[in-house]
Amino acid sequence: MAAPLTLLLIVAVTIRAVLFRSSLAELISERVEVVSPLNAWKRVVEGLALLDLGVSPYSGDVFHETPLMIYLFHFTVDYAEIVFMIADGITAVALYLSIQTYNKNVFRKQKYALESDRYPADCLELLRSPKEMFYIPLKVAMFYLLNPFTILSCVAKSTCGLNNAIIALFIFCTLKGSALLSGILLALATYQSIYPLTLFAPALLFFLQRLYIPVNLRRSSFWFFTLQYAFIYVGSLVVITGLSFFLLGSWDFIPSVYGFIFSVPDLTPNIGLFWYFFAEMFEHFRLFFICVFQINVFFYTIPLSIKLKEHPVFLIFMQIAIISIFKSYPTVGDVALYMAFLPAWSHLYRFLRNIFLVSCVLLACSALFPVLWHLWIYAGSANSNFYYAITLLFNFGQILLVSDYFYAYLRREHHLIHGLYLKKKDGTEATLVLK
Amino acid sequence: MAAHRCGLSLVCILIFSTPAPAPARDQFQEELVIRPLHSGDIYASFQFRTLWDTDFLQERQKKVSHYRLFPKSLGQVLSKFSVRELHISFTQGFWRTMQWGQPFIPSPPGAELWVWFHHTVSDVDGNWKELTNVLSGIFCASLNFIDMTNTVQPSASFKPLGLGNATDHRFLRYATLPREIVCTENLTPWKKLLPCGSKAGLAVLMKSEKLFHSSFHSQAVHIRPICQDEQCTSKAWELRQTLNVVFDHYTSGQGKKEWSLFKMFSRTLTEACPLASSSKVYVDITDNPELSPATHLLSRAVVLGDRRTYSVYDLTRAETFGQLRSFNLLLRWKGDNMLRPLLHAERYVAGFGLQTGEIHTVIYNNHPYRAFPVLLMDSVPWYLQLYVHTLTVTSKSRDNKPSYIHYQPAKDRHRPHLLEMLIQLPPHSMTEVTVQFERALLKWTEYTPDPNHGFYVGSSVVSALVPSMVAMSTNFTQDQPLFSSFVPVKEESSYFVRVYTEPLLVNLPTPDFSMPYNVICLTCTVVAVGYGSFYNLLTRTFQVDEPSPPLAKRLANFIRRIRGVPLLA
Repeated sequence: MAAPLTLLLIVAVTIRAVLFRSSLAELISERVEVVSPLNAWKRVVEGLALLDLGVSPYSGDVFHETPLMIYLFHFTVDYAEIVFMIADGITAVALYLSIQTYNKNVFRKQKYALESDRYPADCLELLRSPKEMFYIPLKVAMFYLLNPFTILSCVAKSTCGLNNAIIALFIFCTLKGSALLSGILLALATYQSIYPLTLFAPALLFFLQRLYIPVNLRRSSFWFFTLQYAFIYVGSLVVITGLSFFLLGSWDFIPSVYGFIFSVPDLTPNIGLFWYFFAEMFEHFRLFFICVFQINVFFYTIPLSIKLKEHPVFLIFMQIAIISIFKSYPTVGDVALYMAFLPAWSHLYRFLRNIFLVSCVLLACSALFPVLWHLWIYAGSANSNFYYAITLLFNFGQILLVSDYFYAYLRREHHLIHGLYLKKKDGTEATLVLK
Repeated sequence: MAAHRCGLSLVCILIFSTPAPAPARDQFQEELVIRPLHSGDIYASFQFRTLWDTDFLQERQKKVSHYRLFPKSLGQVLSKFSVRELHISFTQGFWRTMQWGQPFIPSPPGAELWVWFHHTVSDVDGNWKELTNVLSGIFCASLNFIDMTNTVQPSASFKPLGLGNATDHRFLRYATLPREIVCTENLTPWKKLLPCGSKAGLAVLMKSEKLFHSSFHSQAVHIRPICQDEQCTSKAWELRQTLNVVFDHYTSGQGKKEWSLFKMFSRTLTEACPLASSSKVYVDITDNPELSPATHLLSRAVVLGDRRTYSVYDLTRAETFGQLRSFNLLLRWKGDNMLRPLLHAERYVAGFGLQTGEIHTVIYNNHPYRAFPVLLMDSVPWYLQLYVHTLTVTSKSRDNKPSYIHYQPAKDRHRPHLLEMLIQLPPHSMTEVTVQFERALLKWTEYTPDPNHGFYVGSSVVSALVPSMVAMSTNFTQDQPLFSSFVPVKEESSYFVRVYTEPLLVNLPTPDFSMPYNVICLTCTVVAVGYGSFYNLLTRTFQVDEPSPPLAKRLANFIRRIRGVPLLA
């Protein structure tokens, strides 16, 4: 499988290189759907220019990257295009290998369950075969590399690509079973933008499952491992934050980066729900709604972890999707990351209810975003409501997509336990509902 | 015995009588300078100066309470807020340097206030805030809109014009309100600060119906400590009130290059202010206009790098007023030659759309062979996010790197951008400074009631020591005309010039102001859709759908249960 992957990487690099050299690169790096105040390349260059002028980049309100980014780009600012292409490549390869490992695990568990006769007789057609699973890792890598969202994000040199690479590496290390590396990479991902904090729960559940430790709050083995993992994670986070302090000698970056993410002072339009809501918010309620919206990102973790404790990888997918939809400054690069996972759930296709509607909505919205932006900002014939409406629709489509996949996953699990062809009490064919 | 008692009572009287107050040594001078401009417009500049030999800020002396010529409101402001220098100006209109030359005292459109505080002040920001509010009351202007979001601390552009070698710019505050409108309500309290008010002296000419019917109107107050003599053995406080006005050739002058005091101000002068030690009218006759009544008093002065000749009318002498006891000046001229100003600046916004833009500042050096450096100061509000890595300075289509850049980036809703640069201008050239910016979307309550009018960006300030073609005199004399002694001349070969560019009007993208409730509802609906789907999937389980039996059957089963009989299927 190395050859098709290499071919895919070459094709992806070629497309990106062609776009970098064309005049579209300037245009794309200005688009608000692709870059946000947190990860725009223009702001990274501005931060480095401020540092050259002798002013701290965090003294103004333009630069919101972490100090390690300054450190990284201080040396590689001339080779930025190569850095971003390498990041995309790393993400794709990490996802490829992770899904390969995951598929092997899934197949192994399925084999054991079949041998111990745990599946009812009529659901054999739901089981997965190696033939069907063979091309999934390649499809995952392809979905990431050739996704127009990813290409746009890379050509715009948005640092979202680097964040995605760190999260993909974290997933890879988790699935390979290395708790230390996984903790360190998760700390790095959290340090970059706070929201990957919620990925702590699925990673922990995966390790517990792998080490055959039951998830029981009364058992000491559970607490022992949890504390170990938490210690690695928090320790790495403290070390990285301390290193950042020593880079510039001040704690200015904390309000500039994390305070900015949480308090959303900048209302630049993007594809998320926050900007227009807080542009039209009554000043009196602003703090309340900031808290509500931020809690909204974090509070699905515990219920989802309880429901999906046997399926940590699907939980990772769900968490990444929820972060991408509800975070304060989303961009299409974040959307591309969870969309890359969709081929891994291609066996759920028969249970998806709204997939046609959702794909039409997402395609239409992606096409309408630039049109309505142009009408509002340049032509002056539309106003902000048009762009806001498409934002609402796009997020609605994403929510529908994620919940559809969740429904399909749960339904398949139900069928694997209770059988595929269910009958009512009088013998006629039954329909399943959620009650 | 009686002698002793007398002596004792005398001693008592001597002890208990308060010492006589020191005689107030203050002085008031007024002057009017009339300069015909080559375009047919006429420029009139009033200056009223009060010099007072006292010290507001010294603690040893008793608190100053006896005000004579110096206005009490300003004196109290100075001592309460420990102000060392105060400069405030209100301007309506924009000074066209290319058509009118350099003004005696430049000022930007709108209101401008800059203050040097004394180095003993501990909370400069608190003093600044209170000072702006008090001045807002004194001048009936909306200076209370000055707050930390439009105040900057320039590091090099606004050095003290009076005494003082402390140059710690933490004690300097500069703010400008380009949107401020000047009208009669501002002129009236300004006139009240004069010792004679508007009843005698030159101030009788200041009637608002004519003053505001002009191309340019600027009234200013400048307070600073100065030396009274060459060796600076004694210091005094100087208050200058200046009023510059340019009357338009066509609207007020009926298209003729013929002006009189009556035509300009609809008044004539009848007497000098009795409290003034000197009251003079200077008319610029370098271009040989016809002047009546004629006078033999002439004065030559080098002002703004140009040697000019002035006719002087002394209003303290009775013969100036003639038999009619009224002095009306008549002026007629033909010439078209004008001195090209050596330094000139323009500014405009480039770009299209409401997302990004570029500020272009163009500075012209019209000196034929000398290059000189200028200090450019830009204060841009926080909602236009400047990108200083896009700053380019080009002269004669080549890159011209500034030798000194001081940049303080803006903090959202706290302070504006401050960009100061020292640029060397090559001779006879045009230098263009460009910087890109992005427009922010503000909260709906932060827009003015007319958001589509746009947002004002204050004028840039270009300060320079321009090399002079004519040697300037650095001698200090008390009899110097006021217009040539405003800016201290430190060296002979150059003079200080400050040029203000146009203010900019920039449009920002606006949200829909009628929609707050709708937006909150719709966004919360989408979030609730997400919440609802996840809640359903998390709390409910799959069950086979057993249809509920029809009503008749259910009723029958209910009765059967009561009877204790087996139920129907």
